[in-house]
Amino acid sequence: MSRVKLWITYLQVAPLALVFLLFLIVPIATIVVVSFFDYNTTQIIPAFLLQNYEELLLSPVTWRTYQQTIQFAVITWALTLVIGFTVAYFVAFYVRSPTMQTVLFLICTIPFWTSNVIRMISWIPFLGRNGLANTTLMNLGLIRQPLEFLLYSDFAVVLAYVHLYTLFMVVPIFNSMMRIDRSLLEAARDAGASGWQTLWNVILPLCKPGIAIGSIFIVTIVMGDFVTVRMMSGGLSASVGLMMANAMSLLQYPAAAANAVVLLLVVLLIVAAMMRLVDIRKEL
Amino acid sequence: MQHGKRGPAFWFLGAFFCLFVLFLYGPTLTILILSFQGPSGGLTFPMNGVSVHWFKNLFEKQMVGDFAGSLQRSMILGAATMVVTVIASFSAGLAFRTRFRGSGTIFYLAIASLIVPSILISLGIGLLFRVLGWDPAWYSSAFGAHLTWTLPFGLLIMFAVFNRFDRRYEEAARDLGATSWQTIRHVVVPILLPSLIGVGLFGFTLSYDEFARSLYTAGTFNTLPLEIYGMTTNVTTPVLYALGTVTTGVSFAVIAVALLSVMWLRRRRARHGSDAGKAA
Repeated sequence: MSRVKLWITYLQVAPLALVFLLFLIVPIATIVVVSFFDYNTTQIIPAFLLQNYEELLLSPVTWRTYQQTIQFAVITWALTLVIGFTVAYFVAFYVRSPTMQTVLFLICTIPFWTSNVIRMISWIPFLGRNGLANTTLMNLGLIRQPLEFLLYSDFAVVLAYVHLYTLFMVVPIFNSMMRIDRSLLEAARDAGASGWQTLWNVILPLCKPGIAIGSIFIVTIVMGDFVTVRMMSGGLSASVGLMMANAMSLLQYPAAAANAVVLLLVVLLIVAAMMRLVDIRKEL
Repeated sequence: MQHGKRGPAFWFLGAFFCLFVLFLYGPTLTILILSFQGPSGGLTFPMNGVSVHWFKNLFEKQMVGDFAGSLQRSMILGAATMVVTVIASFSAGLAFRTRFRGSGTIFYLAIASLIVPSILISLGIGLLFRVLGWDPAWYSSAFGAHLTWTLPFGLLIMFAVFNRFDRRYEEAARDLGATSWQTIRHVVVPILLPSLIGVGLFGFTLSYDEFARSLYTAGTFNTLPLEIYGMTTNVTTPVLYALGTVTTGVSFAVIAVALLSVMWLRRRRARHGSDAGKAA
């Protein structure tokens, strides 16, 4: 490759690289540096202390919060996987016309381009004390008093996660399914496999990369979430993100930064484990 | 499976799919209906008459904070993010077709940008500006924060697109004497235009709806999602739903424009597919 051409290549990639440098690498580095700083009620003081980490890791609240966040992540992951796989499986293998497939796929993805905050608010008329769910159940005579756990509870948080993020599972799994050579399914049938056996022994293993990508999205989003927990639990549940936001609102920036570093390490460990299962670059 | 009659599995899965779609869209439809609640109506059913009272309420400034201002800011920010995302992703997509030193690093940075929780980016940029003594603002720090979310999507889409792009078109253009700029301008861009519109759709809508990445980066003036979030804590009237309806309406309008222009381009291409024998 000639010199000029190489320079052009670097120029072409420069804007992207610059954004990642200024708004990803430098900010993360800032978090790491600030996590060792000292602070008082009004300002942060440059220093090199391990105190922020000590306070964080020795507090039982931290451990309980991480446990609850991981629990949310696992439950959401399991639900979105089952729902997302089923939806993708239907569109990929049971819808015959390619146009219809595109339409149904679009229907599943359009909510991704609308506001999450609004989509959370939209559960209020369903789950509220006088909401549709309670009114219906009372009219049917199934319950006497409104169920209080519907809105502002762990249940509502998980429901919102599934509502907001299942499409992060649907899209990559659907993508994997569409690449499966249909003659493999025919071969499986010819060899005497039942529908279930084909699904379990042929389709599922071939969807592993899609499942891994979807899982990475779900787990990282839920682990770092704070707005869903705040809105759907009404402050009753905890999450790591919420814990950080609380520290930030008390101007305890170094404490929030230390928590951020720990969260980042936990998330990266989980992702690294999942990445071993899949080569993302091959999937495009 | 592909052939033959539709068995019980089809109907079961079909029903499951319909329930899923209902689950996806049902709540949004409900607040759409409830936003036309009468003036004395509340946050839940029943409807107390039908009116546009809450929409009027929305545009009166003192009632709900600065709705018009935050909408305007989010629109400008979304448009700017869209333009930069399309240009930077396309140009990086071109670059990634040749192996160069650092390509692996930049690729992994893009993946990292997707998987690092949004709140960490927000916190990091907020802290950075604080340490430097700069004031965060929606057009500087929040703009950068949004780009870290939209650019990876843009880049990954461009990868997928260029992997399927037939380089013989470019070679043909070059053989006919086109410069590399002319090749890009008259051959590559027109062929990839539908995908570029798709990247633009991601750029605008993801920025327009972004909450976590704006949280510590928007500074004094709120973007729309921050404004809405603020309202949820202190507004208990259907004006909240009116706001939801307007916001979702904007999103749907943008999505519709993008999808329709892609369809229009495809159709036009099908009609004028070959220009053989039509030399200028």
